[in-house]
Amino acid sequence: MTILLFTDVCLVLLVLTIGASIVRARDAFEAAIAFAIYGLLLAIVWVRLAAIDVALTEAAIGGGMTGMLLLGAAARLRLAGDDHIRASLRVRLAAGILSALVAAGVAGAVLLPPEVIPTLAPKVMENLASSGLGNPVAGVLFVYRALDTLLEKVVLLLALLGVWSLAPDGAWNGRPAIRLYARLNGTLTFLAQLLPPIGIVVAIYMCWIGAKAPGGAFQGGTILAAMWLLVIVAGLESIPSIGGTWLRIMLVIGPVIFLAIGTAGIVLANAFLAYPAGYAKPLIVAIEVALTLSIAAAPGMLAAGPPQQEQRQ
Amino acid sequence: MRLGLELFTFFSLSAGALFFLAGTIGLIRFPDALTRLHAITKVDNLGLGLVVLGLVTRTDGAVGALRLVTIWLLVQLSSAIVTQLVAGALSQQGPHR
Repeated sequence: MTILLFTDVCLVLLVLTIGASIVRARDAFEAAIAFAIYGLLLAIVWVRLAAIDVALTEAAIGGGMTGMLLLGAAARLRLAGDDHIRASLRVRLAAGILSALVAAGVAGAVLLPPEVIPTLAPKVMENLASSGLGNPVAGVLFVYRALDTLLEKVVLLLALLGVWSLAPDGAWNGRPAIRLYARLNGTLTFLAQLLPPIGIVVAIYMCWIGAKAPGGAFQGGTILAAMWLLVIVAGLESIPSIGGTWLRIMLVIGPVIFLAIGTAGIVLANAFLAYPAGYAKPLIVAIEVALTLSIAAAPGMLAAGPPQQEQRQ
Repeated sequence: MRLGLELFTFFSLSAGALFFLAGTIGLIRFPDALTRLHAITKVDNLGLGLVVLGLVTRTDGAVGALRLVTIWLLVQLSSAIVTQLVAGALSQQGPHR
């Protein structure tokens, strides 16, 4: 028991140190690297809190995806020669005060909990069986809070539209100018040929197992996105133009199927996003599969950035 | 037999931890990027390998052991290739960095 406590204390100290080093980093590149490490450490914290679903998502999104987006942004700033510009004192003060307020709020909630902590967890566990799912997290995501989950996926598309809207007029429907690995000495090509088959199997497993154990559409989709980007960066496959029919179908298929099944619920189960009795699990698995495809496409295109090159036909 | 397995796990994990420690010290203390890469590859290969070896005897069945070994192989693959890529980028920048 004491060795676990010791590990936890070390972990917390490490997270705090890395957090401080993000703030103190001299340039954007250093801060982005530290942020990726911070995400991976947080994933270990979630494992220690027995929240494996959150840990998987944190490692994929907080460590991998966000780290990659930030590194891309830092590289762009460096090319533009803007990476040493510091925000004004007023902005930094405002950010500091807001962060301190959030920290105080979280500390208050953790250190001064109410007598009886309000929770719906026992009710979720009681009624989980009727959905046919074995993973309570999937149950909350797709049964009790389905509306939140649906909107989350739509937000992902909105974020992508935000990135695409940075495209100059002439580049609309063009290909994102992702930086390819220029020197083809075979090493990266080898990895890009060897890893995707394994990655795709792991992604399908993640998506499938999500119904009864930690995993799900988000985790599976991010692995697919990583494999896709690996193949593109190695230059084995070119990135699709943002106007491509297949890409657009991939992007919207998840939310569309989710919305269609949810709307059918009005007729079949008397409520929007409700599932007819006995069909909950197959419908949820169908939604998860469609969402996995959309989630694979959206972060991949987010990382690729806005289209820059004019499409020639 | 049981004691033997316990001892095996203990020594294997300890040796793995030692490699992690040595690799981390190397990462911090070594003078340039290439030697630092040399240090961290020892962590990925031998350190993680020994930890996995120590834990393989603790898994429920063959599937669990296979999973652990697969994780080790995947880490081996990615670390070897990432090290190659970093070293390649360094050699392009100039001989002495």
